[in-house]
Amino acid sequence: MNRRLMDIWVGVFVVIGFAALLFLALRASDVASSNLGETYRLKARFDNIGGLKVRGPVKSAGVVVGRVAKISLDPKDYEAIVTMKIDKRYRFPKDTYASILTSGLLGEQYIGLDIGGDEKMLNPGEIFARTQSAIVLEKLIGQFMFSKAAEGTDKK
Amino acid sequence: MPERLFSAVAGLGHSLNNVFQRLGFAARFFMMLLRYSGQSFCRFRLTVREIYFSGFQSLLIMLVSSLFIGMVLGLQGFETLQRFGSADALGVMVALSLTRELGPVVAALLFASRAGSSITAEIGLMKATEQLMAMDMMAINPIARVVAPKFWGGVLSMPLLASLFSAIGIFGGYLIGVVFIGVDEGAFWSQMQGAVDFRFDIWNGIIKSFVFGIAVSLIAVFEGYDAIPTAEGVSASIRRTVVNSALTILALDFVLTSFMFRGL
Amino acid sequence: MPFDDRLIHIDKLDFSYDDRVILRDVSMEIPRGKLVAIMGNSGCGKTTLLRLIGGQLKPTGGFLSVDGQSVPDMPLSNLYALRRRIGMLFQFGALFTDISVFDNVAYPIREHTRLPEEIIYDLVLMKLNAVGLRGAQGLMPSELSGGMARRVALARAVALDPSLIMYDEPFTGLDPISMGVIGQLIRKLNDALGATTLLVTHDVQEALDLVDYVYFMSGGEVVAHGTPDEIRKASDPVVHQFVHGEADGPLRFHFPAPPFGAELMRERANA
Repeated sequence: MNRRLMDIWVGVFVVIGFAALLFLALRASDVASSNLGETYRLKARFDNIGGLKVRGPVKSAGVVVGRVAKISLDPKDYEAIVTMKIDKRYRFPKDTYASILTSGLLGEQYIGLDIGGDEKMLNPGEIFARTQSAIVLEKLIGQFMFSKAAEGTDKK
Repeated sequence: MPERLFSAVAGLGHSLNNVFQRLGFAARFFMMLLRYSGQSFCRFRLTVREIYFSGFQSLLIMLVSSLFIGMVLGLQGFETLQRFGSADALGVMVALSLTRELGPVVAALLFASRAGSSITAEIGLMKATEQLMAMDMMAINPIARVVAPKFWGGVLSMPLLASLFSAIGIFGGYLIGVVFIGVDEGAFWSQMQGAVDFRFDIWNGIIKSFVFGIAVSLIAVFEGYDAIPTAEGVSASIRRTVVNSALTILALDFVLTSFMFRGL
Repeated sequence: MPFDDRLIHIDKLDFSYDDRVILRDVSMEIPRGKLVAIMGNSGCGKTTLLRLIGGQLKPTGGFLSVDGQSVPDMPLSNLYALRRRIGMLFQFGALFTDISVFDNVAYPIREHTRLPEEIIYDLVLMKLNAVGLRGAQGLMPSELSGGMARRVALARAVALDPSLIMYDEPFTGLDPISMGVIGQLIRKLNDALGATTLLVTHDVQEALDLVDYVYFMSGGEVVAHGTPDEIRKASDPVVHQFVHGEADGPLRFHFPAPPFGAELMRERANA
């Protein structure tokens, strides 16, 4: 086996391997958008986070602006504390609404930010004052049935 | 009857003893391998040669099998997802199965049977024909000159082969899902991009393949070096390389998966 | 037989694998510049002795020195320095099967020196010419006959002009012509290189015509030594049996077994 030829084939092999890795990075996972660059942290308290998970997306107007970094339970009032990493480029007003939403009917859960009108912006480490918890399907159905039943008895 | 029971227990103890003894030998061998690796890195050409034999020459089998696995994933995934009306998530399913599990695992299994067995055969035959001993008598350390380059050639090839496996597999899934069945192309790719995380899914897969590469290459060179220098001895070593590699890959995969993807 | 200038000095050397004794109380002196044969029947520990001299095995007892340095006590780096000065021909040549004849001979030169490729080319052709195989430089080892492979291995063993050349059964499995060729080469190389040669063999007649001195081994012990003429005339029954190729003598033709008649009877009794 010619040495030069072998070197060339090994070079080809390495190039193909890295091309495959590049394909996985750019085409299969879109490394550019999942990489947030510089971030700062914001917190929010929820009564119930439903199926929200670490690394779940934080979206504003449907655009991913951050990821869930940590989820913990406050031992005093039993509320969930969700820490988010938010892209440095985006700042949000103090009265922004953070709610836990579901993409599609059965999709993953994410935090949606509804922008308020306050002039003041949230500083790194601060807490969203206004939040809305996840909607738990069973509770929703329970409420619906209860109110239907109540309607029924009212009519009689 | 108690005599037979006794001999069965003794046999069990004996084979257990053997297993641990060989594990000890392998660990000592690995230490020696690492110690002489520096010498062989100074002559990287030797390792390049081994990358050619174990990496480049495994390309074809990787390409063909990954394409087929991707296409099967596309077919089966579509069948199942369609029942829940979420055929758009086909890309996610194909990409995650490949990058997290099938890419590293199947590529390593193929690598063990394609390259691992030939590494064992080559070293074993060199031992059987006294080539290793001759080298040693020429004041050339056979571990630095023959074993370490083969080991590192395998270790370096494995992540590249696994990446390639995943990439071609995804392409196979695309071919079946989008081109033949008609899943929406935009949904296929964008859902995949939304759900697959580079650092979490792909990078962990690469780490897995790296670990498998170390395991398979070590088993292959050890079995070759430890072979009984006869025709039967070498063939038994090759068999052990393939069997032990497969078991090790699957067991390690379980361990790594439980560490990497726990809590999700 | 004390020599003033001995290259190898072995004194009361013992070697055993676990509890199987291979060498017992072996003492030898190999003079510089001479061609010495170690003879004996198969499995008498001759090959083990070579590996002990090369430092690939460690003796369980006794003293072994090459050029004044004790081999078992050497650190690996010194051992490798010693081995660079030793050329060894293995029983079946042990050529590297994945490279050509030329590359095989060039192998030790390329590994141990930084000579430019043109000089290596000249050196290799010289060595191949000495064994008469300059024309076979492009062949692969699998294309060579047994005798040719042995000669290529010989060229490789002397590629670095060693001061000690060891041959492990160089005549095994060769036709008479190849045997004669190898024998002549061994003598010629020893004299031309001014090297010391250690020849392990059981081809007594072939070797007795070549060498300067003979050690006779049997069952892991040295049973006789002397010049070829002394050996030919020796009265020792083992040596006599060996030199004259008798099937049975002090060395039994039969592997140890119970008496034949008794064994036959037992077979019948079992049936």
